[in-house]
Amino acid sequence: MSAWSSSLRARFKTFEFMVGSVLVGGIVLLVLASYFLYPDGGETIDLGKRLLKPFVDASHIFGTDSLGRDILARLVVGGRISLLVGSLSVAGAVVIGTLMGLVSGYYRGFWDALVMRFADIQLALPFILMAITFLAIIGGGLVNTIVLLVVSQWVQYARLVRGSVLTLREREFILSARAIGVRTRGILFVHLLPNLTGPLIVLMTLNVANNILLESSLTFLGLGVDPTIPSWGGMLADGRTYLQNAWWTSVFPGLALLLTVLGLNLLGDWLRDSLDPTSGASK
Amino acid sequence: MVKFLAQRVILSLFVVLAVTLIVAFAIRLTGDPALMLTQGAGSITEADLARIRAALGLNQPFFVQYANFLKGFITLDLGKSFLGGTPVATLVGKALPATLLLALSSLALSIILSIPLGIAAAVKKGKWADQAIRVLSLLGLSFPNFWLAMMMVLLFSITLRWLPPSGMEGILSFIMPTLTMGIILTATNVRLVRTTMLETLQSQFVMVARAKGLSERVVLYKHALRNGAIPLITYFGLQFGGLLGGIVVVERVFNWPGMGTLAFDAVAARDYPVLQSVICILSLLIVGVNLLVDIAYGIVDPRIRRD
Repeated sequence: MSAWSSSLRARFKTFEFMVGSVLVGGIVLLVLASYFLYPDGGETIDLGKRLLKPFVDASHIFGTDSLGRDILARLVVGGRISLLVGSLSVAGAVVIGTLMGLVSGYYRGFWDALVMRFADIQLALPFILMAITFLAIIGGGLVNTIVLLVVSQWVQYARLVRGSVLTLREREFILSARAIGVRTRGILFVHLLPNLTGPLIVLMTLNVANNILLESSLTFLGLGVDPTIPSWGGMLADGRTYLQNAWWTSVFPGLALLLTVLGLNLLGDWLRDSLDPTSGASK
Repeated sequence: MVKFLAQRVILSLFVVLAVTLIVAFAIRLTGDPALMLTQGAGSITEADLARIRAALGLNQPFFVQYANFLKGFITLDLGKSFLGGTPVATLVGKALPATLLLALSSLALSIILSIPLGIAAAVKKGKWADQAIRVLSLLGLSFPNFWLAMMMVLLFSITLRWLPPSGMEGILSFIMPTLTMGIILTATNVRLVRTTMLETLQSQFVMVARAKGLSERVVLYKHALRNGAIPLITYFGLQFGGLLGGIVVVERVFNWPGMGTLAFDAVAARDYPVLQSVICILSLLIVGVNLLVDIAYGIVDPRIRRD
């Protein structure tokens, strides 16, 4: 690789990091600030100002929806749902998946076979199809959506962790830790886990993005989060009804989703390259 | 090879059985279809409800119902819809081709787009073109598919009035659904093509082809691409499940008369036989395609079989 193109790659990495962190950081700050900015939670109805066009009224810069509610307020407040679902579902999946992966990779045997066959079954089926069936049955809602995401995704972490443990467990530093009498729990959490944080963080970042998209799809379909709570998927479901005469009700929530997910994907891509120098050139 | 085949087939059968069992069990928890059907019908006695349940086969134990469903599934007798009594096979017979056509057209579009783009990125590795394709691919991965669909309707149907906003009538109605799924699929595929091509371009037969003085086009498309095709076909095959999942959502935006629309109508009406059949058929398809890809890969590349 010539000096020029490697510096070009370096500049793109900086670009990825800058744009990604500005997007994600900005959105997180805005959403946190929503508790002060919009104490009404974007719920104030003004039937006299239904479907107001954007950039006309200074107090409704992105216009209003079919009930006269401020789109910008609902966008900022709706971000809470996306960030909450994205972070909680990934946190749950990573804890369960890491434990399962550590145990099955270290002990092998029956437990390992059981977990991995279960993983095979889950990975063979697309999430959306299963989610539609289950949410239709157990009912939607915030908690059920998060639980479903955790249940469907822990296998990804279990596989990743198990694979790394299988190669690491025969390495000298683990063998010597065992030789000087470190207990199993110490080996798993003190010696093995820290070696896995890099790939785990990359997968987590990309999955937060992915889960935000999945939640919004499910809510859009009327199966996810309660439609009375402001959320981007819910706003888009509403906006679809008014696509013909009020484009702003569906353009802005979609942009918010796109920018959030793009920011996370940029950061994930940047992290992958930074944590694994060999992947940047080949992957 | 026989052992490899047997393992794959048994695992796939196991997956299908597990899925049908879970779906059948879960669907029974939704609520009583006899009550749903008679909603607002006025004077309904408990005896009437019992008669409806008996007619629909709902009074039998769960495992008998499940066994009947499996038997029907194997003999292609999928039962009748609770609403109107249309045979499920007729409904699926109309919906499945609509979904599969969309899946095929999207896959075709993404292959047409991602192969030249992925090759360009691999050849120009680290240069501007590569970085631009990388950013575009990340952008494509970040698009909510249903929102992209809505934005297409807004642009092509409402603003420009070029294309029909919904339904499946004529070739024009395929354009927006295909573009939506094709573009999102291309975002993933470009990266796969690029990675595969980077690997093949380093092999000795490519150097030999170049040394022979063959034109770059022949080297890339005839020598490198053909050898990279095997892993690529596997990747494309493995995406089938995700593609169907995406189509199910996008069908909703375009009112596409496919399996997604059928499933949603069934969910709303608690129409067990329809929902159960739709989910089971889609799972069977996905597992089947994955199995075929595995087998094909095992035949082409003997190293896989040993694992």
